[in-house]
Amino acid sequence: MRWLLKGGRVVDPAQGIDAVLDVLVADGRVVELGQDLSGAGEVVDCQGKVVVPGLIDLRAHLGEPGRELAETIASGTRAAAAGGFTAVCARPGRELAVDNAGWVSFVRERARQDGVVKVYPLAAVTKGYAGDELVEMGDLKAAGAVALYDGDRSLARAGVMRRALEYARMVGLPVMVHCEDADLAGPGVMHEGLYSTINGLAGIPAAAEEIVVARDLMLAQLTGARLHIAHVSTAGSVALIRAAKARGVAVTADVTAHHLVLTDADVQPDDANWKVRPPLRTSADVEALLEGLRDGTIDCIATDHEPHLEEDKQVEFDRAPFGIIGLETALPLLLTRVVAAGSLSLNELIARLSWHPARMLGLPGGTLAPGSPADITVIDPERERVYDPKQGYSRSRNTPLAGWRLKGWPVATMVDGRWVVQQGRVLV
Amino acid sequence: MGLARRNLIRMRDLSAADIQQILSTAAACKDIFSREVKKMPTLRGQVMVNLFYEPSTRTRTSFELAGKWMSADVVNIAVATSSVVKGESLTDTAKTLESLGADIVVIRHPSAGAPALLARSIRAAVINAGDGMHEHPTQALLDLFTIQEAKGTVADLHVVIVGDILHSRVARSNIWGLRTLGARVTVVGPPTLMPPGLEELGVRVSYDLDRVLPEADVVNVLRIQRERQPTALIPSLREYTRYFGLTRERLERLRPDALILHPGPANLGVEIVQEAVDDPRARIHDQVTNGVAVRMAVLYLVTGGRHDAVAA
Repeated sequence: MRWLLKGGRVVDPAQGIDAVLDVLVADGRVVELGQDLSGAGEVVDCQGKVVVPGLIDLRAHLGEPGRELAETIASGTRAAAAGGFTAVCARPGRELAVDNAGWVSFVRERARQDGVVKVYPLAAVTKGYAGDELVEMGDLKAAGAVALYDGDRSLARAGVMRRALEYARMVGLPVMVHCEDADLAGPGVMHEGLYSTINGLAGIPAAAEEIVVARDLMLAQLTGARLHIAHVSTAGSVALIRAAKARGVAVTADVTAHHLVLTDADVQPDDANWKVRPPLRTSADVEALLEGLRDGTIDCIATDHEPHLEEDKQVEFDRAPFGIIGLETALPLLLTRVVAAGSLSLNELIARLSWHPARMLGLPGGTLAPGSPADITVIDPERERVYDPKQGYSRSRNTPLAGWRLKGWPVATMVDGRWVVQQGRVLV
Repeated sequence: MGLARRNLIRMRDLSAADIQQILSTAAACKDIFSREVKKMPTLRGQVMVNLFYEPSTRTRTSFELAGKWMSADVVNIAVATSSVVKGESLTDTAKTLESLGADIVVIRHPSAGAPALLARSIRAAVINAGDGMHEHPTQALLDLFTIQEAKGTVADLHVVIVGDILHSRVARSNIWGLRTLGARVTVVGPPTLMPPGLEELGVRVSYDLDRVLPEADVVNVLRIQRERQPTALIPSLREYTRYFGLTRERLERLRPDALILHPGPANLGVEIVQEAVDDPRARIHDQVTNGVAVRMAVLYLVTGGRHDAVAA
């Protein structure tokens, strides 16, 4: 099948392209970008639209294995497609540790059967996420794991972290880390500051994150391994990563869409849809994160999509699980509140959602260069609507963004030359 | 009027006019105590549920009496917190209470935000009787009532709150109410029991009780809540008393016209000594009486009453 995407504004940061161009697709690959291409395939009018490389999410919880009531690979990949993502790195949940090749194969097989976008498994760093024994990294890589991640818990022991980094370096897998000192975070459920005091909720100080960021940066320097710091949330962490990059440490980092927009001042103690880990920080932290994105300290933007059942979230704040969904809102939220606000250009945004994650993990895609897989997202920058999670594709609705008016929505998504979303609707 | 929404969740929501309306209604309610027949028919036919997820004798009894003197049918439900974890959710409980015909629900809960969550899921009026470390509005209102009764006004007074500020919903609700009425507030306690950001609320923070005491018009001594300190936040109760206890020596530093408040129940010999409780400057027993009057006023106002109807 051949497609000609005509007249859209093509934004492809990898090639430095931002121009009105036609995109020719054939046999699942991008064939050519150019002006006034014709006669080559079925024409799709993209005038007034933005055509970008398919977005790649570094970290989303797709529910399988372990949380199938809240999400499945079938529902999660449809949510991803609707949100403009053509590939998702599937984060292991806490219910079942993806710490052996069998589970990695299961995730890939389930994605092949039920998935509508590409799924790349993340696997555990330690057996059972216990922080003690290393997983069989070589076996996991051979089975298809693209990076190692122990979920939302830091390795408590610096010695184990060091050995994990050393071994992962040999195997050639990046180690993705959640940075949080469990003792300092204690029973905290939101950022520690004025608003934790006002709300009477136990706080998680910024230092709980920064201490582990500092430690892991030092261990990355010691071992020469590739470290990726997940969901950076504080100004202090940004400064630590910036300094480490300046002295040549092999570190990359991401921030989530919600940490770039929401703050601790927004948190409502009677609504656990505001409860997320790391916690929403201050507006000064948000400014530092945006600056970190602009100057290259932070490489990527992820969703941290984390589905939970309504009955698990409609409880007292301190009893609810952490996490919010984000696959369907990340792009419109960022276009509305970050790009339209002038904090980041559209080119910068798209790079951090596609080309940078692809480069970081060595994944195909992330660019529309001829020969690349035809993973393409079409955005309608003028489309404006009020977000209703009940109308979404995710099985879960745990988001504080219900009722938000957002402008700039993905309307069509192509994976390997096949349309999976058109007119904002998932086709498969 | 903040209570027009039929709930009392946070002092943070109340304006000075709201607070004064409650306090003047409470004054009228207090007059009723001196009558031979205390009962008034205001809440006849209304079902009031005391839904307590934490053990409490004082606050529950105070609400219960307030309800009974206003002729409400009062039901007490004590829920063991341990059974909540696996048991019925708060929103399910709300639906059940609704079906049982509750008109007013007074809730105490160990989790901040629980009363607001309940209020979102139920039509009945919801009164917060203390939620986690968040707020305890009726305690703040009875403290304000007691201060105003003794001093004539709250504005421009210097109120010192000493104790475990970090875990204290009483401190938070008092801070909102006192600041709204124009008092100066200093909180005193060890840094390990002090939450961040208080200065941004216009509160002075001190670690030196001896320096602050001579400048106090009111000293509100908070209970040291041993059950809320699983980790070692203070080295010992003995050392706590040495720095922050209202001891005989510290009573001498307190002005002759100062007031001593304590929300009770006191840990005698820890945060306060018996002599301080018995001191003529103490208003601790008045606080208990005023608590009933204030809760009657709140019950009256959240159920839609008008002030003159009580005064009549």
